[in-house]
Amino acid sequence: MRLSIKQKLLITKSSLFVGLMIPLCTLVVGFITSDLGANPVEKMTHVTGDLALRILLLSLAMTPLQHLLRWRKAILYRRLLGLMAFFYAILHFIVYLVFDQELSFLETFADVKKRPYITAGFAALILMVPLAITSTDRLIKRMGIKNWQRLHKSVYLVAVLAITHFWWLVKADTKEPLIYALIFVTLMLLRLARLRGRPFMKRAKMPPQ
Amino acid sequence: MLLKTRDTSHATEQEVTPKELYLSRREIMAGLAQSAIVAGTASLTLPLMTDHAYAAKTFDRVGHNAAFDIKEKLTPLKDVTSYNNFYEFGTDKEDPSRLSAAFRPKPWKLVIDGECEKPASLELEDFIKPQKLEERIYRLRCVEAWSMVIPWIGFPLADVIKAAKPNSRAKYVAFTTLQNPEQMPGQKRPILDWPYREGLRLDEALHPLTLLAVGLYGELLPSQNGAPLRLVVPWKYGFKSIKSIVKITFTSSQPQTSWNMMAPEEYGFYSNVNPKVDHPRWSQAKERRIGELFKRETLMFNGYDQVASLYQGMNLKKDY
Repeated sequence: MRLSIKQKLLITKSSLFVGLMIPLCTLVVGFITSDLGANPVEKMTHVTGDLALRILLLSLAMTPLQHLLRWRKAILYRRLLGLMAFFYAILHFIVYLVFDQELSFLETFADVKKRPYITAGFAALILMVPLAITSTDRLIKRMGIKNWQRLHKSVYLVAVLAITHFWWLVKADTKEPLIYALIFVTLMLLRLARLRGRPFMKRAKMPPQ
Repeated sequence: MLLKTRDTSHATEQEVTPKELYLSRREIMAGLAQSAIVAGTASLTLPLMTDHAYAAKTFDRVGHNAAFDIKEKLTPLKDVTSYNNFYEFGTDKEDPSRLSAAFRPKPWKLVIDGECEKPASLELEDFIKPQKLEERIYRLRCVEAWSMVIPWIGFPLADVIKAAKPNSRAKYVAFTTLQNPEQMPGQKRPILDWPYREGLRLDEALHPLTLLAVGLYGELLPSQNGAPLRLVVPWKYGFKSIKSIVKITFTSSQPQTSWNMMAPEEYGFYSNVNPKVDHPRWSQAKERRIGELFKRETLMFNGYDQVASLYQGMNLKKDY
């Protein structure tokens, strides 16, 4: 049986989705069976936060990868990765809202206002909302590709805020946030290098899909 | 020793594990060690066995000091020994239990020096032998807003201080942790300015609550909990309770302390548990007791109100 391009894409996208859901299933099973270590809430917070940031950076890596590896289909996974990053960011926030703030919106609001690292994290989450909402084909078409691209440029700010959120909460060992920051800067430099290497007129042209 | 019964208790009497129950663990473990030797893995288990023999010999007649009992559930041994902040072995909570295999708490030399009449440099066993060991159950409140309840075995630091006879210039006591990156792999990275240092004002050090611990749950201190000798100051954030001590020094001026050197605006010299004074980056009003999902209120001085007189007239917002 020969699969059409569309069918193949559906299969790879579905497997990527299932793969990205595995950590969540592990967390849920671990929580139910009390197997998340001494501090399960901290574990859930860290795992969901790490995943949100990692998947977000992965989504940002798709365009550079497409050019570097001449892997033209890379761009087709970007939307799914972006949405999964948002999904884990929401879970990260829910764990904080339920277990740290006990669903008190008043205290959560006060915390967001008072603690710079919470402010940064919350801002990143809020900025992701319009990006997630405008991720359907219909809305992309309705907005027009130019407007859509302009709006979705804010994902870079989301990444900066998310890394800052992490950086500001560690006590002494900044190794991990530093690694994320370096990855982000590398991805940005790759984009910049490509932009500068291109003749001016072609810049606005979409990569071949 | 006077200790008020707290009305903030969250556990009933039955929830507190009786000492006999967890002490019986020790016999089981000693038995296991012996059968391992029979099985022919003597070279591996022998040090363990002798350690347990030492513990049994040292701890068997250790009485439980009920004056410090709190009606709160003990944190399970598994959590006490697998969830640790001990950056000498790594910055993840699991690192100290995973990466402390090369650590050798025996033999161990302890130096007592500085402004005192009887400085000493002695083997740890000789240091511990004359001490009156006892078991005390204390709360432990980490600056990261989590807490535990741990049955320690130890002796008052005051006993050691009195024996060393500090002179009139002695105003503070400084403590130093072992520096040995081969045994403590976390020291290979300059996360903190090694060796780890801590200090107390002399009156804090002399307070009857201040303990030098050599064991927990009836066993020798595991490496990840600060073997073979650590400080336990229950009304201060956990990082003040310095682990794996090699030196105790009497000083005339306030000693440098590691976290204060790292971030002075975040970690003060006193670092008393205080729900009203937040860490600049997070709240200290509540804490998560290990084993519980939701947070509980943090108590002033971690519930040890008897130390309040030490800080009379001080502005605890300024002297955090």
